[in-house]
Amino acid sequence: MKQIVFEKQHKAEWEAFERWLEQNEKKKKKGTPPARADALPDQEIPRAYRRICQLLALARDRQYSPDIIDRLNRIALRGHHLLYGARGGQPARLWSFFTTGFPRMVRSEWRLVAAAAALFAGPLLILLAVLPVFPDFIYYFVDPAGLARFQEMYDPANPRLGMREADDNVMMFAFYIWNNVKIGFQTFATGILLGLGSIFYLLFNGAQIGAIAGHFSGASFSEPFWSFVSGHSAMELSAIVLSGAAGLKLGSAVIAPGLRSRTQALVQAAKPAIRLMYGAAAMFLIAAFIEGFWSPLTAFPASVKYTVGCVMWAFVLTYFLFSGRGRAA
Amino acid sequence: MLDTARRISTPEGIELTLRLAGPVPRALAWTVDLLLRAVVLAIIAFTGTALHQFGYAIFLLSAFLIEWLYPAWFEATWGSTPGKRALGLIVLNDDGTPLRWPAALTRNLLRAVDFLPAMYFAGFLAMVMNRDFKRLGDLAANTLVVYREEKLQALAIPDAEPQPPGFALSIAEQRAIIDFASRSTGLTQERAEELAQIPRSLTDGVPAGKATARLIGIANYLVGRQ
Repeated sequence: MKQIVFEKQHKAEWEAFERWLEQNEKKKKKGTPPARADALPDQEIPRAYRRICQLLALARDRQYSPDIIDRLNRIALRGHHLLYGARGGQPARLWSFFTTGFPRMVRSEWRLVAAAAALFAGPLLILLAVLPVFPDFIYYFVDPAGLARFQEMYDPANPRLGMREADDNVMMFAFYIWNNVKIGFQTFATGILLGLGSIFYLLFNGAQIGAIAGHFSGASFSEPFWSFVSGHSAMELSAIVLSGAAGLKLGSAVIAPGLRSRTQALVQAAKPAIRLMYGAAAMFLIAAFIEGFWSPLTAFPASVKYTVGCVMWAFVLTYFLFSGRGRAA
Repeated sequence: MLDTARRISTPEGIELTLRLAGPVPRALAWTVDLLLRAVVLAIIAFTGTALHQFGYAIFLLSAFLIEWLYPAWFEATWGSTPGKRALGLIVLNDDGTPLRWPAALTRNLLRAVDFLPAMYFAGFLAMVMNRDFKRLGDLAANTLVVYREEKLQALAIPDAEPQPPGFALSIAEQRAIIDFASRSTGLTQERAEELAQIPRSLTDGVPAGKATARLIGIANYLVGRQ
């Protein structure tokens, strides 16, 4: 069949489909436009789309001129986008993700989570124990000016813990989001480099937090320091560990892809990993909120703040150990 | 065709063609986005100074959102960031479907690695090492950056009396003649004539200066104009 004849015969079909595309691409952006009389009804679309695909295949096989093939290709591509594109219903899934999906995922990845926890808590606990004995070690981790800043933050005379005179709660909340979530994202992303980046950030952050905690555990700073950090520690430290676990997930897929290619293994590992990061980001957000608005308060005695800290740890552990069990998936 | 076309198969059993975007247009798109983000942040910083600490809080929060979520949000809802849109690019899944949140976030969180050690060097290395120009984020999220197809112009072969070529032409030869005819209007007369004399068996015996017209006539015949 000559190209001109082909065009004459089928032009009406693809023009009708194009009109439907234009209407529905607009609809995706803003509301429903008034339906046009000459538009295809929605129930006809799958058939019309398959027809376009068939015409494209025919045009290619018969080697029609490039412009008609390109045009049909473009129409089929747009149809492909609309028919196989995004579906709604995200908010409902979000709720079930946090009640069941996320803790289940953490449990199913328990090996990586345990590895990340060991990498992070190891240096933290060692330095926490070593610093009271060798106080000068702190200068390996913090320069004197930085230390002075920390000392101002945890000064027992400070009416609001963890902040300097001029700081305000909302600003600190914003700062914690900007800074801590960034650390979490970096810990995750650099895991793709054979896991090395995640390992580095876990060790580094563990060491830094351990050194500062060890330094302030001695003398008069102990109570203000621990009553400041106890409230948000559960959320924040677990979120770092989970970011590291997500990063290690990427790294382990690259190192040991199994029977798939490294790229395929990476793609498959990235799906659960990014879901772990959803959860970790939410935990960073909660931690920043607690750290900005609850942790600095001195109106409550230290014992109350320690209790809250313990309750938070109990909550986080219970959540990850038991939430989402027993219900059918 | 020898170019950066990438074919994807659909469930309908046909192949669609996507045109991949290389490092240069993507770097330009990133630069446009960078400028845009800088302007927005500068405006927030400028208006924020009036609000002191609260303004600084807003600045930090927007800096965080703009750095990490700006590209992901645009790609998950519109398919491309304003910078990519300006360069005519769009991000798609490997199978040609539009991006959703998980893939958009994956490819944009991994910018942190692609940027290393400076100015997307790791990302650039990854891009030139695979056939789809994927940076590390694209590899993990299984995404492609392709050209948004522009509106196509109609068949531009000048009208002329159809002339049969006189003997059977192969499909590649037919396409070459149709392509020549549709481009002939953009060439100088002398150049078009020079090119038209190359297929001697078609233009032999045609009076001087008429070879272009002869090929356009054959093209009209080949596309079936009567």
